[in-house]
This record gives sequence, structure tokens and C-alpha cells, in this order.
Amino acid sequence: MAAGSELARFEEISRRVRISVLEMIYRTGSPHIGPSFSVVEILVALYFRFMNATAGAERDRFLLSKGHACPALYAVLHEKGLISREDLDGFALDGGTLQQHPVLDPGRGIEASTGSLGHGLSIAAGMALAGRVDGKEYKVYVLLSDGELNEGSVWEAVMFAGHHGLDNLVALVDYNRMQALGRTDDIVGLDPLGEKWRAFGWHVQEVDGHDFGEIFDALGALSMGRPNVLILHTVKGKGVSFMENDVLWHYRSPDEREYEAALKELRR
Amino acid sequence: MKTAFMDRLLQAYRDADDLFVLTADLGFRLFDGFEAAAPRRFYNVGVAESNMIGIAAGLSLCGKSVYCYSIIPFLVMRPFEQIRVDIAYHGLNVKLVGAGGGFTYGCEGFTHFALEDLALMSSLPNMTVVVPADPLEAEAVAGLSLEHDGPMYIRLGGRGGPVIHDRTPEMEIGRAMVLREGEDAAVIATGEMVHAGMLVAGMLSERGLSTTVVNMHTLKPLDTGIIAALASTHEAVFTIEEHNTRGGLGSAVSAVLAENGYSGVFRRFGIDEGACKGLVGGSAFLRERSGLTPEDLSEAISVSLRRA
Repeated sequence: MAAGSELARFEEISRRVRISVLEMIYRTGSPHIGPSFSVVEILVALYFRFMNATAGAERDRFLLSKGHACPALYAVLHEKGLISREDLDGFALDGGTLQQHPVLDPGRGIEASTGSLGHGLSIAAGMALAGRVDGKEYKVYVLLSDGELNEGSVWEAVMFAGHHGLDNLVALVDYNRMQALGRTDDIVGLDPLGEKWRAFGWHVQEVDGHDFGEIFDALGALSMGRPNVLILHTVKGKGVSFMENDVLWHYRSPDEREYEAALKELRR
Repeated sequence: MKTAFMDRLLQAYRDADDLFVLTADLGFRLFDGFEAAAPRRFYNVGVAESNMIGIAAGLSLCGKSVYCYSIIPFLVMRPFEQIRVDIAYHGLNVKLVGAGGGFTYGCEGFTHFALEDLALMSSLPNMTVVVPADPLEAEAVAGLSLEHDGPMYIRLGGRGGPVIHDRTPEMEIGRAMVLREGEDAAVIATGEMVHAGMLVAGMLSERGLSTTVVNMHTLKPLDTGIIAALASTHEAVFTIEEHNTRGGLGSAVSAVLAENGYSGVFRRFGIDEGACKGLVGGSAFLRERSGLTPEDLSEAISVSLRRA
């Protein structure tokens, strides 16, 4: 368990990241603020406590398989010094720097072009396999959305990683229980989600995806011998009361009044 | 053709540290040598082509050279979108080795035919598309693929296919091969149809017509220079491919001819999209029904030349 002052530091970074996300999205009228807000804590935990993202070929890899949440990733990479302020300012502009889905750029911390759901876990499994064959110590983390688990290709990769016991692979499921058009329970229900992964040979931990203490404990207790999955129970739109648990904010970009209200809440 | 390709690949695989081979549970006995030589670099990923492409991308992003194998529709059509993003857009060093060009799988039916693969693969960024015409070309292409850093689709034919070379040919990606020179007509063919093109030239010669035969083994990048040259020296140009006439060799050649202001005779021979509906039969039978026998082709070409 992390000490109180340390938790406060992570919470402060998360607050800055959410403000950065809000500004990128408001400025450009971009979608996906809800699914960006739900993944802030796991990204901050990975980049500021668990991953060595700057060790060349030995670096830990992170793939944002739910590529639409990239405003959060860009903001975190900026906090880490991998993406400049100018790059953030060029998000989703004509002739700009960063798209609304990530484009491969390892030098800036983007390990694959993602945005088409159902690709990331297979790519991550290939990276984990390469690491194992090369005898390298790095881990490969890949963040999936819950709606993404509708994709059959995800389960091909789940079977493959389980069969080969890729214990350097860590899948993270952002289980905010909402996908593009509604609640996962209403579209294609996923429960019992942990049991599904367990049945495929994975080590499963379920945590509150906004609680740094729980995330730290889970990432510190990974299995040796089996691939790992953290099912992160999260809230879509986390951090801004009127965006939380409302599917509207999968796509909606805030107007001026909503932007001011959201900023006020995040600055509190 | 598969064996010739894989034998050459295996030579390199034995000595390489970073060469991986993946199959989606096809290629019976084809990979025994790979598994024996370096089992940690060969994986049968199971019947899961989309996953195979993703794994190949992940391996390649970590510096590996990767070969993926399956029967063509499963290799390039099922996971087309994974190939588009993870391999082609990324420009990764992944080779897609497809078995069964055109009607190779005969009685196995439409599910196993490869009639649209060249159109699909040629449309992708960074993708090189190569179609060997016989086992010795397959061997040569295997060697070229090892030296090529980037995505490549290699369309192989079947077992017991035609032989056009008596020794391993000198090949260069993107440079077509002139197999025979003539004056009355130019025949541009790809894959196993190159052999048909040579037979056609022989038959036309008996009718007093001299024919140039070009082996267009690389569909992308296309050797536009040779097409333009043929356009300036021949009054008739024909293409032959075991592929849908839309989007393959014929379409590509016609675009180059049109852009060069070609006013001679031009005709594409290939497979009409409705040609195999309901037909049961081996590959030779299906080719015959599509008018792809040397006899039918030479007759059709003669008719076109008489009309001109």
C-alpha cells in the first residue's frame, strides 16, 4: 500500500491529466472524453510507478488497444516528457501533430497504431513472445475497453497467451460497463468476466480502477507463469459529475458552459 | 511451389536469430524442418488468422522478421483489416505467404479459391505483391523476400504446377521478365498463367503470329516501364491472370496503357466473377470453363487480332 503523500502525488498528476484531456477535446470538438477519463488512473499508475518507458529495446511496452482514449495517453506521455506541449497543442488540427487515434511512434511512447478495436492484445502477445524468446525482462501492458471484448480476435489472443503462459503480458480491461451506444449489459453482456479470463488460463485480479492503492497492489502481485489481467472497475466520464455514467459523453464534446463547469470541478 | 519456397526459407531460418515463422494450422508436414531447427521461432497459432497477423506485428515491432502462412482467403481476407493497419500501415517486415492462387484448390470449392487477393493486397500502402510462376521462381522469390525489409504478399500456386525454368532464374522485384520476343502481340501474364502464355505464343506462331511474352511476377510495384515500352512497339496487348478481371493484373496494365494514350487492341483474360458459381471440378476443369486454356486463349487472341 502506498503512503498518503505518495497517493496525493498520483492524484495530482491525474487531475492535471484530466484537465489536459478536457482542454484538448473542448478546443477541437473531439469525441471520447468519457472513455478517456475512465483510464486516467491506470495510465498514471503504469507510467509513474510500474513502467520503465525509456529504456530502449529493454523498455516496458504499453499499447492503448482502446485507441480512442488517446487524449489521456497523450496527456500522460506529456507529463512523462515524451510528448511536447507543442505536440499536445497540435492534437486533431489540420496539419497538426496527433490524431484522434494513436499512430506508431516509439520515440514518443506510442508502440502501435490503434483505434481499430480487437488488434492490441494480439500485437502485445507478439511483443511478449519476442521478449520471452530474447530473454528480456520487459513487460507488455495493453489496455482494452469492455466493448472491445465483443471482438472475436481478442479471444483468439486470450487463448494464445493462456496456452503459451505469457506471464510478461499484462492485459488491463477498462470495465466501465458502457460502450459506444449503451450499457454493455444491454448490448452483449460480459459477466462473469473474470471467470471467462480465468477459464482461458489467465491470472485475474479485479480492482477499483480509480483507486491507486488497489491498482498498485494488483500490479505488484502479478502471476509468474500465467498471463495477467486486471479487470478495472471504472466509471465512464470519471471526474466530472455530469459526465459520469452517461453514454452521451462517449461522443459528445463539451460546449463552453459545459467546459467551464467541468474545469471548475476538476480544479476543485 | 510451396515446398520450393519453404526449403529456401528453411536454409535461412536455420542460421537466423530473428526469423520467425507462423502458420494458422495449415501446411501439413511443410514446417517439420522449422520446428526441428528452432522450435522457439516457429508457432502454429491455431485456426486464428487475425491473431496470427497481430502476433506477427508485435514480433516485428520488436525487431523480428516474420513469415505468416495459410491458404490465401484465410491468410489475407479474414484478417484483411489487421493486415491493413498492423502490417501495411506500420510498414513492418512481415511476409504473407499464401497457398493456392486462383483455382488451385479445385474441388474444395469457392471458400478456398483466391480470386480477389491481388486486388486487395495491391491496394495496401507499403505492400509488395509477388506471384512466382513456377517452383524455381518460388525459390528465387523466397531469397528475395529475405532481403526485402517491409511487408510482402507472396501468392503461391499448387503442387504439380507448370515448370517454365530449367534453373533458378535471376529475378528482381518490380522488374518484369521478358520470356519471348515477338512483334504482332504482347502477352503479359502472372503466376501459373505465365506457362499458359508461353503455350499461347507457340500456338500463335503456328498461325504465323509472333508474340512477346512477359512474366509480370511483381504486381506491386508494377513495372510500368515495360508496359509503356510494349505499348509503343506492339499493336495488341493481352493480359492473362488466374484472378478476377477487376483489380488484378489486367486492371493494372489497362491503367498504364490508358495513361500512355495506347490506341491498340487490349483485352484482359481472367476470371469473371460469376464464372465458378455452382461448378464442381478440379483446377484444370475450372480454368477451362473460364477460358484460360492455351487453346481458348490463343483462339480468342487470334480473333481479336483479326478484328483489329
